[in-house]
Amino acid sequence: MTGLFSEVFLSALLFGAVTAAVPLLLAGLGEQMSEKAGVLNIGIEGMMLAGAYLGFVGAFYSGSLWLGFLTGAAGGVAVALVMALLCVRIGLNQIVIGIALTLGLEGLTALLHHFQFSRSYPRLPAPNPTVIPTLVDIPVIGPAFFKHHLIVYLAVALVFAMGYLYRRTQLGLNLQAAGDKPAALDVAGIDVIRTRTIAVLSTGALAGLGGAYLANVGAGLFIPFITNGAGFLGIVLAMLARGRPVWVLFGALLFGVCLSLTTAMQVAGINIPTDVIQMLPFLAVMIMLVLFGRRASLPAALGIPYERGAR
Amino acid sequence: MSNTTPSPVGDIVALEGVTKRFPGIVANDSIDLSIRPGEVHVLLGENGAGKSTLIGMLSGLQQPDEGRILVDGKPTPITSPRQALALGIGTVFQHMMLVPTLTVAENLLLGGPWWQRPRTEELEARVAEISKSLGIVVKLNARVSELSLGEQQQVEIVRAMVRNSRLLILDESTSMLTPQGIEELGALMRRLVEQGLAIVFITHKLKEAAAFGDRISVLKLGRKVGEIPPERFRALGEQEIISEIVELMFGKQKDDPEAAERSVASVHTEAAPLLQVVDLEVAPTDNAPGLSSISFDIRPGEILGIAGIDGNGQKQLAEALAGQRTATSGSVRLEGTAIEKLSVGERSRRGLRYLTDDRLGEGTVGTFPVSINFFLKQVGAAPFWRNGVEQRAEIDRRAGELVREYDVRTPSLKTPVARLSGGNIQKVLLARELADGAKVVIFNKPTYGLDLANTLASRQRIRDAAQRGLAVLLISTDLEELLSMCNRIAVMANGSLVGTVDNADDARTRVGRLMIGLAA
Repeated sequence: MTGLFSEVFLSALLFGAVTAAVPLLLAGLGEQMSEKAGVLNIGIEGMMLAGAYLGFVGAFYSGSLWLGFLTGAAGGVAVALVMALLCVRIGLNQIVIGIALTLGLEGLTALLHHFQFSRSYPRLPAPNPTVIPTLVDIPVIGPAFFKHHLIVYLAVALVFAMGYLYRRTQLGLNLQAAGDKPAALDVAGIDVIRTRTIAVLSTGALAGLGGAYLANVGAGLFIPFITNGAGFLGIVLAMLARGRPVWVLFGALLFGVCLSLTTAMQVAGINIPTDVIQMLPFLAVMIMLVLFGRRASLPAALGIPYERGAR
Repeated sequence: MSNTTPSPVGDIVALEGVTKRFPGIVANDSIDLSIRPGEVHVLLGENGAGKSTLIGMLSGLQQPDEGRILVDGKPTPITSPRQALALGIGTVFQHMMLVPTLTVAENLLLGGPWWQRPRTEELEARVAEISKSLGIVVKLNARVSELSLGEQQQVEIVRAMVRNSRLLILDESTSMLTPQGIEELGALMRRLVEQGLAIVFITHKLKEAAAFGDRISVLKLGRKVGEIPPERFRALGEQEIISEIVELMFGKQKDDPEAAERSVASVHTEAAPLLQVVDLEVAPTDNAPGLSSISFDIRPGEILGIAGIDGNGQKQLAEALAGQRTATSGSVRLEGTAIEKLSVGERSRRGLRYLTDDRLGEGTVGTFPVSINFFLKQVGAAPFWRNGVEQRAEIDRRAGELVREYDVRTPSLKTPVARLSGGNIQKVLLARELADGAKVVIFNKPTYGLDLANTLASRQRIRDAAQRGLAVLLISTDLEELLSMCNRIAVMANGSLVGTVDNADDARTRVGRLMIGLAA
């Protein structure tokens, strides 16, 4: 058991936690935006999968991780476009369409991957981390937090950018009004459908990016169903964060630690069945929900399609 | 501008022959309206008169089917709320249009270009200027959910001003205010029109119309039935205005097809009452008024009408009698036996029947076939069910009889009842509630939303029921209907009966005066 608490182990554990947290963070931020605008985006798992697959394919053939992130985000947006069309414009049930998109994308990405790579799982080269000088020399913390790919720092910066967006900009006001009282936004002269569409497409981009990170940096390869519920964890995070991006960050880190712990415990060879260990993150979700779920406040018009002058 | 307008004061907005239809009803029927700066134009009418639809068209939420809207004398379709705002039409809707989770300032900023930062400083200066000239205080940093309804309304008025509205529409703005708040709103409207604004003030309260208006248009069932221009308004005293409006709102129209016959059968006054209600009380809830000391008797063969503006406790009264709502005190006697403690089902079995106005919501199960809907209140009972099993043949046989007897126009017995028209659904309800053993029947707005033929048929059914010796309580917001059917009419206001009038020649004016809060 000595290995479990060594400096190197702890630092690897936290490094893994950050790597696991980034996709959750991006998904959570994306979901938060949709929910703020009144769209419950259950399809986010599908958007992440599309992002993971297209992101991997993009990076694999171009050799550029950044191009991979771009194609991944585009994949997420493509799925979000379907969601926006069906749920925001036509006003179909958001839950049913969301589930259908997730299931559909699970099948589609697995199928496409099989066509392309058969049963082989080619790997991408390990990404070049951006090392932040001085800070990286801090024991334990340094190697855990300051030796990541540039996109990780950008994702954290995004948290604060989102906070600014929601609290200080016109678009932030519009998004919140679209979720809390869409009729008020409409009579204020802002198109509710357009506002919600922007939100859903942004969600798609963020979720797609999260998926691409998961495949290209986190795993270095694509396997079918690779997201393994990360999108759903993002929904939980968004719900618990009560509209505050910084809480999504904390939540994502917490889940990241749990996910990283499952890997670490398996590596450390602790004598618990793997299945039990792999349950850990989801157990954490349930504990979080029991502790904070009651206080989660959701927008009043969440999940309700908007129709002008509906009687 | 002045060279195009012949009169010194032109219309800001004018409606010409505007008609709007919804499935099954004509909400507005070729309405003409002229709205001028410096005037409070009162739109007066009861619920369902078409006031809100008219507002929806002026604020860009709905489009007229026929006719046109002129802005500054030019025909201008108002296709969206944004366009209405751009034309200078600001609306304070009956239901508040503020985002409760945002602050007042954020709500006022809503609608700016999305790429801009909200211009808070500019807004503060503008609001300070406006609130000073209007003499009201606006707490910009308060969250809207913390404000009272009166304060929220002021925020909405200020918002319309911030957007440089030339026409301010106030939709039922006094309905949620305290008497003092109403006074303040009246004074505020006066200051606004003095600044050259045009105001359209929608209300169903006559006193407010007379006190705050410059010009009054009266709507009735989607039609404009009269207008009092400012010259006449100033010439008349408040009492004369009110009596003129009463005449317009409740007066008989020459071309009214419903006025065909007015056959009120006489009742044996010595007969013992079938239904006796003494001091019935129901506690108010968040969204419904309570009932206080309701007392009345109904004798066999008598139709007692309940008149009043909708939402004054009529539904609560019906539900309390039927047992669907718990009464806090008072007694209800059916043929002398106290029934106020009995369940809904037991009251129904003893002959107290209630025809709800919510035909599809609580009256029927829309997806069930017509046949089953006839026996919804007997589910599980013989002969239609035996040992928990549905007796299809028996149900269909009896349902077939009822369909013929009550002339229900349905493709088949198996058709889901929601597919029928409102009139035919009402026939199904009538058949069910008037069936075997009915002694007292409560009708809540029995002809609401029905076309003329079905309205007349339903009324005849109700008359026939009374002829057979049933006691009938007829709740309606249609005074014409009550006058044509009832022996006596009681008027309900704020959850109590403010007076009962025998249906004699002067009943119309006496009931009308009771309805608007004047003594009979």
